[in-house]
Amino acid sequence: MLNSKIPAGPLDQKWTDFKGHCKLVNPANKRKLEVIIVGTGLAGASAASSLGELGYKVKAFCFQDSPRRAHSIAAQGGINAAKNYQNDGDSVFRLFYDTIKGGDYRAREANVHRLAEVSANIIDQCVAQGVPFAREYGGLLSNRSFGGTQVQRTFYAAGQTGQQLLIGAYQSLERQVALGNVEMYNRHEMLDVVVIDGKARGIIVRNLVTGKLERHFGHAVLLCTGGYGNVFYLSTNAMGSNVTAAWKAHKKGAYFGNPCFTQIHPTCIPVSGDHQSKLTLMSESLRNDGRIWVPKAQGDNRKSTEIPENERDYYLERRYPAFGNLVPRDVASRAAKERCDAGYGVGSSKQAVYLDFADAIQRYGKGEVNKRNIQGATPEMITQLGKDVVKEKYGNLFDMYEKITGENPYEVPMRIYPAVHYTMGGLWVDYELMTTVPGLYALGEANFSDHGANRLGASALMQGLADGYFVVPYTIGNYLADEIRVSAIPTDHPAFVEAEREVADRINHLMNVKGKQTVESFHKRLGKIMWDKCGMARNAEGLQQAIEEIRQLKKEFWSDVRIPGEVNEMNPELDKANRVADFIELGELMCIDALNRNESCGGHFREESQTEEGEALRDDINFSYVSAWEFAGEHNWNLHKEELEFEVAKPTQRSYK
Amino acid sequence: MEHYNMNLTLKVWKQKNSQDKGRFETYQVKNISSEMSFLEMFDVLNEELIREGKEPIAFDHDCREGICGMCSMYIDGRPHGPWHANTTCQLHMRAYKDGDTIVVEPWRANAFPVIKDLMVDRNALDRIVQAGGYISVNTGNAVDANAIPVEKDKADASFAAAACIGCGACVAACKNSSAMLFLSAKVSHLALLPQGGPERKSRVLNMVAQMDREGFGACTNTGACEAVCPKEISISNIARLNAEYIGAGLVSEK
Ligand SMILES: Cc1cc2nc3c(=O)[nH]c(=O)nc-3n(C[C@H](O)[C@H](O)[C@H](O)COP(=O)(O)OP(=O)(O)OC[C@H]3O[C@@H](n4cnc5c(N)ncnc54)[C@H](O)[C@@H]3O)c2cc1C
Ligand code: SF4
Ligand code: FES
Repeated sequence: MLNSKIPAGPLDQKWTDFKGHCKLVNPANKRKLEVIIVGTGLAGASAASSLGELGYKVKAFCFQDSPRRAHSIAAQGGINAAKNYQNDGDSVFRLFYDTIKGGDYRAREANVHRLAEVSANIIDQCVAQGVPFAREYGGLLSNRSFGGTQVQRTFYAAGQTGQQLLIGAYQSLERQVALGNVEMYNRHEMLDVVVIDGKARGIIVRNLVTGKLERHFGHAVLLCTGGYGNVFYLSTNAMGSNVTAAWKAHKKGAYFGNPCFTQIHPTCIPVSGDHQSKLTLMSESLRNDGRIWVPKAQGDNRKSTEIPENERDYYLERRYPAFGNLVPRDVASRAAKERCDAGYGVGSSKQAVYLDFADAIQRYGKGEVNKRNIQGATPEMITQLGKDVVKEKYGNLFDMYEKITGENPYEVPMRIYPAVHYTMGGLWVDYELMTTVPGLYALGEANFSDHGANRLGASALMQGLADGYFVVPYTIGNYLADEIRVSAIPTDHPAFVEAEREVADRINHLMNVKGKQTVESFHKRLGKIMWDKCGMARNAEGLQQAIEEIRQLKKEFWSDVRIPGEVNEMNPELDKANRVADFIELGELMCIDALNRNESCGGHFREESQTEEGEALRDDINFSYVSAWEFAGEHNWNLHKEELEFEVAKPTQRSYK
Repeated sequence: MEHYNMNLTLKVWKQKNSQDKGRFETYQVKNISSEMSFLEMFDVLNEELIREGKEPIAFDHDCREGICGMCSMYIDGRPHGPWHANTTCQLHMRAYKDGDTIVVEPWRANAFPVIKDLMVDRNALDRIVQAGGYISVNTGNAVDANAIPVEKDKADASFAAAACIGCGACVAACKNSSAMLFLSAKVSHLALLPQGGPERKSRVLNMVAQMDREGFGACTNTGACEAVCPKEISISNIARLNAEYIGAGLVSEK
């Protein structure tokens, strides 16, 4: 049975009560306890430094050449916190409520409330570390609004918030490395969890430089390995982001929560051709000023600037007058797909819509003229002043767009299209962030997390840092307090030997296929199946086909993949093959989960479950649960349900009309 | 923007591992679209090499959007290629025309040994940070974030320095393989903030000492670093570093 270990008592007292009553480990014992942390993005770096400070013996691993390069570095927009510095009515309760509602009532209330409670501490901690957040002239912190909420609670550092937060956590981590509390293993990839007597006791990793396998013991293992959006091949994730660590844990007994919950971000630079290797996000903040449109006529091949105003369809403003261009991500993405599928798409691929700043430029230009009291301003002058304002707000993003597309977005509208961005699903964890394998934890994007079926902007950074700085340092003690008598298990223990042998066998198997098709080509095919049939819109027939196609693909992969090079050397193609093999298996489970969930909620849109106007229709009677899948052998899973209880935030149908 | 296709000749550094001497290999790539990124062009080449049963070219990359600092190619004598304020992953093929020859090498510096082909070991930069590139504040020790106001221009300057992505292009471009631009960016980021005040002196001394131990060369103010830095880290940070260093040295000698 699933036990989510939610503490009793009123929602806003649970965390305080937990902290007041959880078991503690005394400082002398902490030094004897070893903790393994896989992944040093925001979640892992914050956990590693905090646990190192507490006195645990920490080993941390990442596959990049430095922890500073984790995918978290790419986050642009910002991080939420219920500070209410703007005095605009924000509170812990509001942040909690917005997150539950934004997640379309598919997240656990107790976790989300805790997240909102610790959010303010995160900002304090980051500022103390020297994170240079944006400030006002008075020297105090600046906020912006984000993701359709009604308060300004997002802290940011230009368009590089993730970078600055990660550098802060990285520096704290390196300080612990220098102090000898954390041992850092760069360019190491975890390839299995070692379970002894039902508890996680270590990992098997591959040193990516030498190709050698290594065994590492830990009294507990924390997976902070990020999301799995790259199962779609194309996504806004970094190239190396993968599911391997989580997937190995899953196969060793950790249940996988809501695997099909994927966030498709509406504003990304569209695919330019078959060579496309990844997609680039254009921050959500652009929708504050840009207007989204397509031509009113199908297959209109005129240039954007030649299409007169009355022949443009501002479809978000038309369909959702109350929220217009600021509807949540899932709604905006589906609306773009609907227009393109109906033949109104733009650009050479016709898989794009316009994000147009012309009006904003004029509006800001006129504003400047008034502000500066300029008499008789010419239209050129107004346009120039407007462009200057837009540049100050979004200059970075506009430059990035121009580098990629070669088009100048100050002159012509951006072309954008939705792209896979974030995975709400992940390893199922209880209130203490422990998976169903005792001693094995999951933090950050790697867990099924606090975002339900749809994540609000600027809340992933918050969650990763909450988990690492403020949650796991308490909850892990509750487990380790009972482990103080367990001395370090030597890595020649049969369980380590066996786990290493399995990993080695699998690698040899892969190398020995010596087939004809490249790893990349399989990944692309998997991505296409997932995008077409388990992407923005899903239906039973398509999902069933997808499951068949993925099983077929798996067979083909294991009989025809070609991996060049040797095992015992740096071999990026082998690394990729290991990851793609796991993505293929995950893809199947995602489709099974999507098929099981015959309702639409958040980013999960089942065509069978929609209103007459084509909006997502949730089914609280039958689906108000977290799907937690237990691995039961090849192509086989058992579903466990964690029923969701909403004591405080009562579910309502979301409406943005 | 008109798109076009091109055929190119690539001369790429191949080196099996850190012991191998290494050499240039020549490759022909065909039908490269001007819309591809530079790394996508390498993807196309690698796919072809694998299909032909040859070794692909190993290179570091991850975010492919100019922020992780992982990609590191020395392209026609310039780190990150011909575009200003740009990373290799953001370089696009419209920078080239049909028939061009492109020479690609790894970062070259004693402190950055080659691991394989175009991949180098940049852990020396992490060790410089370990020597003092942080503010010592344990989790939970912080005061309210607005308790200490920071002048906006100082906060902005600190941010500008903190924008460094740790790519090491500055080292690769410098004839002395100096890491001064990288180091000065970190020292400036922290020294400009009140939170960084208490450790200001020990930080700069320890970080500089570590940089010397790693075998980076001395700075002779040639400015090559600033010219190639993808994040436009200003060389004025080096002046600030020198001032910090001299100030700290005077105090510590007492
Ligand atoms: C372009 C973009 C912009 C975003 N902008 C925002 C934003 O503005 N606000 C916001 O809140 N969120 C944003 N997000 C989401 C957010 O950035 C991520 O959800 C978050 O950073 C994930 O952090 P993490 O620590 O869980 O994982 P990651 O940062 O992905 O770190 C994963 C770590 O695990 C390691 N790892 C993985 N597998 C293995 C393995 N097998 N062995 C060893 N190590 C392994 C990696 O090396 C890495 O260190 C954005 C995401 C993207 C893609
Ligand atoms: S200073 Fe510039 S060139 Fe040097 S590491 Fe930082 S970003 Fe790269
Ligand atoms: S791949 Fe991240 S900066 Fe180039």
